[in-house]
Amino acid sequence: MMPVDQTIDQQQVPYISAFEHSETDLARIGHPWIHQIRRDAIERFSELGFPSAHDEDWKFTNLDPLLKISFAGRVERGDTVRASEIVRRLPGDHYRLVFVNGRYSPSLSNEPGQDLTIRNLRDALSDGTPLLEQHLARLADYKKHGFIALNTAFLEDGAFVYVPRGVIVERPIHLVHVSAAGLRPQASHPRNLIVVDAHSQASVIESYIGVDNGLYFTNAITEIIGGEDTIIHHHKLQRESDQAFHIATLQVEQNRGCTFTSHSIAFGGALARTEVNSVLAEGSECTLNGLYVVSGRQHVDTRTSIDHAKPHAASHELYKGILDGRSSAVFNGKIIVRKDAQKTDAKQTNKNLVLSEDSTINTKPQLQIYADDVRCTHGATVGQLDEDAIFYLRSRGISRETARDILTTAFARDIIDRIKLESLRNYIEQILTSRLARERKAEKAV
Amino acid sequence: MLEIRNLHARVSEKEILQGIDLTVNTGEVHAIMGPNGSGKSTLAQVLAGRDLYQVTEGEILYEGKNLIEMSPEDRAREGVFMAFQYPVEIPGVSNLYFLKAALNTIRKNRGLPELDAMDFLSLVKDRMKLMEMDPSLMNRPVNAGFSGGEKKRNEIFQMAVLEPRLAILDETDSGLDIDALKIVAKGVNALRSPERAIILVTHYQRLLNYITPDYVHVLSDGRIVKSGDKELALELEEKGYTGLELEAAI
Repeated sequence: MMPVDQTIDQQQVPYISAFEHSETDLARIGHPWIHQIRRDAIERFSELGFPSAHDEDWKFTNLDPLLKISFAGRVERGDTVRASEIVRRLPGDHYRLVFVNGRYSPSLSNEPGQDLTIRNLRDALSDGTPLLEQHLARLADYKKHGFIALNTAFLEDGAFVYVPRGVIVERPIHLVHVSAAGLRPQASHPRNLIVVDAHSQASVIESYIGVDNGLYFTNAITEIIGGEDTIIHHHKLQRESDQAFHIATLQVEQNRGCTFTSHSIAFGGALARTEVNSVLAEGSECTLNGLYVVSGRQHVDTRTSIDHAKPHAASHELYKGILDGRSSAVFNGKIIVRKDAQKTDAKQTNKNLVLSEDSTINTKPQLQIYADDVRCTHGATVGQLDEDAIFYLRSRGISRETARDILTTAFARDIIDRIKLESLRNYIEQILTSRLARERKAEKAV
Repeated sequence: MLEIRNLHARVSEKEILQGIDLTVNTGEVHAIMGPNGSGKSTLAQVLAGRDLYQVTEGEILYEGKNLIEMSPEDRAREGVFMAFQYPVEIPGVSNLYFLKAALNTIRKNRGLPELDAMDFLSLVKDRMKLMEMDPSLMNRPVNAGFSGGEKKRNEIFQMAVLEPRLAILDETDSGLDIDALKIVAKGVNALRSPERAIILVTHYQRLLNYITPDYVHVLSDGRIVKSGDKELALELEEKGYTGLELEAAI
């Protein structure tokens, strides 16, 4: 091990010893190849450490609150009773895999028949399938990123979805990750792998939900391989508890003609960061929609990267943010257009609605264009509610508070309405409504 | 119903209303006319409760209550309605949803039960017919993408649904072609009633060919310089504002 920085080293130590402590157990999950990856990953983690404030990619997200707590405690089995209450309120028309504190809960899940594979990764690893060896840990680069290395080192469970060639999956696949605090601060490292083979279509939802406002850390990674001419709708609904930490990476590979749409909705966490990265092959199309809603002292960080590696690909990106209280948000959208990616069409927009003078937003587009025959546009706005619109609503008898909520909801609905699954759309709108009502109550209490 | 006494109001540092006195009784229709910058729209906005304008002196009594101290929403709930000169576009909020929320708040304030979806829809259909509006406008966002004429008609349509006691129409006629003007006038006339008062703020006499006012007032430099019956509007048309102002000065 090479100690670069003494303080950072201190923060790594508990995780490294936790790995050493549980290595025998980890090694039993899956075949030797995966354990070799875990060992490489912990090795890399000990070299990389956690990102520091000097790291350009982490400039506006202060990790101190996360790093001063050691989330290396032995993970406790979660309370399935509380988890089942949460699961019961989810839209019901989905295939569902439920994980509590990172562990698969068969009793809360319902798996499909033979046509496709939707199962927990732990069991899939134990059974062994060439697909896992071929794809797992291929896209999310643990050699470069500390959090990815940490997740990979502790890789234990999560979801494995495989849609064979030419299959249209009618029902959405919902991966539910429920987390609660333990006696000691604990982390879960959910790992999801989704492989959609050529000419297939699937809709996937990832939910991250906290129980009882607990303090815990979720460090999640999802890898998606979109085969040729596939259509994939991905949804992420982040509702961690207000005290929780959430760091997640979604890494997508879009092969020729793959149409990938991501809807990333974030409500929770004391500190939450989501990275969405996609690499686009010829003729593929990538749509990234997102909404973050924060208040109190929450901090939310969104980082997207769309890599136009080949010609004739299109990307559309729209992220909206609503900030209240003393919250802060970061949006960093990178678009790379490689030298031979001619005829690229890329559009990126980030709009922020600031409801309080004490909130902060840092928004930064990052365009790296190496081809000449392309169309790339970007724009970012930060604004407040339209006072004329508020007065208009009030002049019809609607209270100031309700007018504010109506306009805030309208701002968000622009994103929510892009989701094609009606039950999910309604569910998210309900969450938004109760969230705004909660803010209203908190304001009155002050 | 409405009693305005020595009303002074300003926007930022500029005094716009400089002592307005006006009494409006139920059942009456008053036209307030005046050139640009005379303070007509300011008066309408002050009555609706826009906080851009500060009342510095005087009082407004509405059914015996101090209107100045009431919030815009409370005024609306008590039956005050202003048709906007420039209706605001609100993307993402459907007309129907907005109007239902407004109507039920006002009904609640009047001690009436909320209307359910069926009753509300039949009321809306009836009033849309009156205003000759395209029903598809109801599912569109409030005023978003509406033509100028559609926006103005939408204002009168809202008025027809909300059934206010005091309606203030702020230059509803401006920018309307003759067909749209007739429809707007038809809507307003349908709402004339002994229990309701209407204030028409307008620059031109044209609207008054279709809605006959009981009283006409001429506003100049923030004061009412002349009051009369509908004949005054015709006189104004003939002599122009400058002619009348000259007379008033003498």
